[in-house]
Formats: sequence, structure tokens, C-alpha cells
Amino acid sequence: MSNHQQPTPRTPADFRPDLKRRKRQGNMWQVVFRASTAVGIIVLLALLFNIANTAFGYVAVEESVDADSLSGDGRALEQLTVAELAAVLEENVSAGLYRRFQSEGPLEARSPEEILELIYERVVEPKVVAQWTLFASFFQRSRISDELVAYPDAEVRFESWIDLAFITTPQSADAMRAGVRTAILGSLWTILIAFLFGFPLGVGAAIYLEEYAADTPVNRVIQTNINNLAGVPSIIYGILGLAIFVRLLEPVTSGAIFGLVDATTANGRTVLSAGMTLGLLILPLIIINSQEAIKAVPNSLREAAYGLGATRWQVVWSHVLPSALSGILTGTILAMSRAIGETAPLVVVGASTYITFDPSGPFSKFTTLPIQIFQWTTRPQDVFRNIAAAAIVVLLIMLLSLNATAVVLRNRYQQRL
Amino acid sequence: MAAKEGQLQTPAAEADTLLALRKRPRVGESLIQAFLFLCGILSVFTTIGIVYELSKESLLFFTRQQWESTNKPIVEDIEATWTSFEVGTSGSAVDIGDTVRLEHEVMLVTDIQRDRLIVERGVDGTVPAVHRAGMDLEIAEQVTLREFFGKTEWNPQIGKYGIWALINATMVTSLIALSIALPLGLGVAIFLSEYATLRTRSILKPILEVLSGVPTVVYGYFALTFVTPLLRSMLGRDTVEIYNTAAAGLVMGVLILPIVSSMSEDALSAVPNSLREAAYALGATKLETALKVILPAAFSGITAAFIVAASRAIGETMIVAVAAGAGPKFTFNPFEAAETMTGHIVRISGGDLSYNSLDYNSIFAIGLMLFLMTLVLNIISQQVVRRFREEYE
Repeated sequence: MSNHQQPTPRTPADFRPDLKRRKRQGNMWQVVFRASTAVGIIVLLALLFNIANTAFGYVAVEESVDADSLSGDGRALEQLTVAELAAVLEENVSAGLYRRFQSEGPLEARSPEEILELIYERVVEPKVVAQWTLFASFFQRSRISDELVAYPDAEVRFESWIDLAFITTPQSADAMRAGVRTAILGSLWTILIAFLFGFPLGVGAAIYLEEYAADTPVNRVIQTNINNLAGVPSIIYGILGLAIFVRLLEPVTSGAIFGLVDATTANGRTVLSAGMTLGLLILPLIIINSQEAIKAVPNSLREAAYGLGATRWQVVWSHVLPSALSGILTGTILAMSRAIGETAPLVVVGASTYITFDPSGPFSKFTTLPIQIFQWTTRPQDVFRNIAAAAIVVLLIMLLSLNATAVVLRNRYQQRL
Repeated sequence: MAAKEGQLQTPAAEADTLLALRKRPRVGESLIQAFLFLCGILSVFTTIGIVYELSKESLLFFTRQQWESTNKPIVEDIEATWTSFEVGTSGSAVDIGDTVRLEHEVMLVTDIQRDRLIVERGVDGTVPAVHRAGMDLEIAEQVTLREFFGKTEWNPQIGKYGIWALINATMVTSLIALSIALPLGLGVAIFLSEYATLRTRSILKPILEVLSGVPTVVYGYFALTFVTPLLRSMLGRDTVEIYNTAAAGLVMGVLILPIVSSMSEDALSAVPNSLREAAYALGATKLETALKVILPAAFSGITAAFIVAASRAIGETMIVAVAAGAGPKFTFNPFEAAETMTGHIVRISGGDLSYNSLDYNSIFAIGLMLFLMTLVLNIISQQVVRRFREEYE
């Protein structure tokens, strides 16, 4: 047949011209692949740089009155006694205001820090008039001194926006004295409740699906459903929490049913509602992670236990769970670190943005660290960006310590099996 | 009782042994199993709860009647017995069949003669009353599905409920994010799975995981304080607004990059080595092996990764809430401010939202849209994995 021709034999030389191009192409693409990886890392570095850049730096502070001149004899305000501080306050504020302070609680009976606070707030009134980034503080000092000309009365100092006072003082409308104490406590309260709610239920569901569930339609629906829930946007959980925990279960979540607050003023926007919402949010994550951990337990362990006559629950409780526990805990901690950074569901559930008192229990109003960051970031004044960056540092440190715990657990777990 | 050697058990003792060996009812075990089943079924209740609440409140959103001013004052005093009266010519139009309201009295418009309305007084159980001249006529409005899906303006203050203003912004940010995350993520995945040594991989993977572990509000901060100023200095302050969807989209791309890269890398690594070796034996270069053999073999997993990334981008909230701007706007310009579905929900639910307002109901209507969109994407991704998976044994 005509198409049954003998093919012309090819020599290695026929392939060579192509080879060069193919190799070049290969190298070119390898650069592309490397570059995409580099982009990810560069952005991460830019993110961290940007935060550090705003969390530290020079600030120019203007004071209505020079703080050191107030004592009259050159001593710093911090060295004065309570009586002297009260006198300073009386001298510098209007009589009406002073009377109001006295009626709120006699000044002589207060601590010196408290009066000092009042003096700073009402008399000294320090105000940030300009601030510079960490980068500028190190490398563009001449620019800073040029710009300082505009503020002759300002005192320049290097400010670390994150310091001990920032962590231990409550929220304030003044950026200079605002802190994240209430927000940290709020975050801890909510994730504690999320853990108490999500952990037993999540592990229970994982045990059921791995150790008890036969391959029936109902169980398949449960499994598919859990996978789908893991993909639901977090804000939807917020909407669910608003409808169920805040509104429907208001008597429970506000504490009215326990007689803790008056039923007429009950408000379901509490720590409890937020914690349970986050609990629902991390439930699918805990279930999926725990299932993986339980799956990893070798079958021989179960069979040995059954062989000795153990019941199903005895097998689970004394053999499967101890082996899977560190895996389950690792997965749970990772889920908690997701919960601690969540903002959107808590905004919808109704976290309050301005709270100056510590949350006192599950039924108190609350704010959390991410909420605080969100609120400060969206404020128009630049100085709030600085404390937002400082709050981000606090949040990232909390996350880092959670994840470090998970890594330590994971390592111990890998060694054992 | 001392048993003699070789003696058989008495019938009674035999029955005792059988009884002892029989499966005993264990109440504790059953209770535990029931509790564990409840834990499992709770997730189904969560889904039912989501669907039920979203649907219920959305239904209220579409059926709730609200009164809107027409800016048409009545020109004369109206007695309680009159069935027709004159109204001002200005203001929005009133049609036959509309329900209108004067103070607390509701009326049905049965006919219109120029500026004279013929009405049925005191409907909906209200009582006809005397009204003074100059009183503003209000008209009953309902959000119709046609308006919801057909209009591009969302402004609840003046009764505009066109969801496309919000969906459009969601689409713009998501598309920008995906156009960053998909090529980069796939590049990272190919590099990690085909090129990188085991050591490099063990260093790079955790770093990329950190990217997905950073809280989204931090990304929002990054978009607003770093990416937006960068864009503005590069493209000009007049082109780029302070709040814009481009910065939000770009940063969102970085957020979902690890999702694409890690899911795709899992898919690529799952392709058996025999395929690579076969390709090398035929003289293929590393690139040709990766692109023409491994990539098609991992197609289903990579597609699933892309779809999951898209669903994540649509539901992403804090980045857009911080950086994309407040105020719905139908625009395709990525350098303008626009509000996404999620951003809108966050903005109007901040603070104490009253339960009986249209705003409250609208959260649920938008949420339902969002839920359905992500659900469809998730289901498609699961189907893709199931349907197109290449099995190698």
C-alpha cells in the first residue's frame, strides 16, 4: 500500500536544533516558577515591614502646658505627692470641673496615678502633631528635622507604640493613651467559649463518623455537609449567630433567664453569643482535623482491644483517643488560631467598638483584638494607624504562640507513632 | 460445689454459661453512641439553621411594605367622607392600584383624573379621617425580585435595591484576586512539586502557610496603608481613589495564593512518579514533563483548587470592608471605591441594628445570595474532583 512507505531514518542531528530552544524554554519557565514563589515571600516581608514601620517611629508631641513646669519647683510630676498633685489640678482646671472631680470621689483618697492621668488628660493635653515611620526615623532624619520647623513647640521623641502600657490600659478615645487590655480579654473570653462549645461537639462528631458510622445515606449526608460547611464564608456564620444567638436566644445569651440582667434591657450581643458563633465556625475544622487524627491510629490497636473483649466505647476511650489526642489537639489549636483572627462574624454579631471596662463574664459586652484593629484602621486620623499596627503586633504574637504550641504538639506526636 | 472429673455440666449451669456469653444490653454504650450521633447531626442542623434563617428573613425583605414619600402634598383639606381629592403635580408618579397613605389612614387608588385621585378610603382596617392641606402623600413600596435582580443601584435611603451594584464590586475584587492568585499559585505549586529539593520545600511550605494564617483584618490594614499608597504613587492620585477595589483585590490575591498553591501542589504530588519517568525516557525536558504530562494528569485537583479559591474570594470580608470603600457603586473601574456584598453587610450591621428594619432583612437577602454562590462553587469543585479524577494504580 502507498502509505506503507519506509520512513526516512532520522539522525540525532535532526533533533538538535530544537533541543536548544526547548532547553531555553525550560530555563525561562523555571525562572517564572521561582519568581512566583518569591512574590509570595516578598509580600509577606512587605506586610511585616509595613507593620513594624508604623508600630515604631519618631513622633512630635505638643503639650498645652509644659508638664515639668506645673510643679513650680522643677520637680517632675511623677515625684509629687497626692496632695501636691491635687493642688496642681485645682490650679489649672476650672472650679466647676474640680468640684466634679471631687464629687466623683475625693481626690485625696485616689491613687497618684489616677490624678496624674487626670492632669495629663485635662491640663497637659499632649497631642501628636506629626509622626514618622520607623524607616524615616533611621534613614531620613534630615527630612524629619526639616518638617519639624512647622511645629516649634513640639517635643520629639522616639515612640514605641507597643509597650507595656499599651497592653495593660483599656481603650480610650485618645490614641496616645489607648490600650488593648479590654480587647485582649475579650478575645480570650470569646475563644475560650468557642473552645468549650466546639471541642467536645467536634471531637464527638469525628468519633462518630470514624468509629461508629456505617456507610448509610444519613452518614454520607453528614460527611458531605461538614465538608460544605467548611467552605461557607465566615460572615454567614455571623448572620446565623445574629439570628439565632443574639435574637432568638436573647434571654439565654444576655443572662436574663438567670436573673443577671433586667429582661427589659436584655441585649444578646454578649461574649457568649460571639463565642458560640465562633464555636460553630470552627466546628467543621475541628471535625475534619480530628477525623484525620483518628484515621491515623493503626487498626491493629483497635483489633487488639476488641480481641481482649473491650466494648466499642472502651476501645475508643482507652485506645483510639489517647493515640489520636495530640493530633486532635493540634488540629483544634489551629482552628482556634483561625477563630482568634476572625473579625467579620463578630462585627455582625455586634461586638461593641468602644468599651473601656473589662469583660466580666459570658454575659458582658465585649470587643476583641481584630475588631479593635478594624475600628482603628478605619479612623481617618493617622495616629490611629500607629496603634492599629501596635495592636496587630499583639495579635500576631498571640497567633504565633498558639501555632508554636501546635508545632510542639505535632512534633511529639510524630515521634510517638 | 466440687465438680467430679469428667462429669458433664448440669443443664442449669449450661444455661448460665450461655446467658453469660449472650450479648448484654449496655445502656451506657447506647447512650454514648446516641450522644456522638447528635454531635454529628448538629452540623446538619447548622446548615438547616443557615438556610432557614436566611430564607425566612429574605422573604420578609421581599414582602415587607414600607412607606415612601411621594413629595406630592394634598392641595385642599379633605373631609372623612370624600373619595376624591387633588394632589400636587410635582413628585413621583402614582398609578391606579397603588396603595397610598395620609397620616395613619391607608387608601387604595382606584382611578386617576389628571391630578385628582379617586380613592377607596380607610382600607387595611384604618379609619377615614380629616386631613389638612399640604399633608404629604406616601406610597407603599415593596422590594420586588425584578428590581432586586434587574437594577444596578443600591441605596436603601431612597428605596433603591438593585443587588448588581454589590455583586459587581464582589466580581471586580474577586477577578483581580484570581488573576493574581491563579497563575502565581500554579507557578508556586509546579516549582514546589517538580523543581524544588526536599529541603527547599520543607522551608518554603511553612512560609506560604503563614500567609494564609494571617488574619484577614491585617491584610485589610496592609491594603489600605501599603498597597493603596503604592498604587497612588505609581498611577497618580487623580486616577486612584483612597478607597479602591484594585488594592483590595490585589491583597486578596495574596491571601488566596496559598490556597491555590497548596491544593494544586497536593494534586501534582499525587501524580505517580512512573509518569514522570516515562516522559523523561521519551526525551522530554523537565518543563515539558511538568506542563504536558503532570499538569493534565492533575487537572481535576487543580480545577478544584481554582474553584475553592474563587469561593473564598467571594466570601472574603475584612479586606474589602477596610480597603474597598463604603458606599455601593456600580462601576467596572478598579481604581474607584465600591462596596461588595460582604463589605455592605459589615458596614450596616456595625452598631445596634434594629431587628424590625429593612436594613436588618436586607443583610439576610444579601447573605442568601452569598451563601448560594459559594455553595454552588463548592459543590462544583467536589463534582470536578469526583468526575474528572484520573486514577493511577
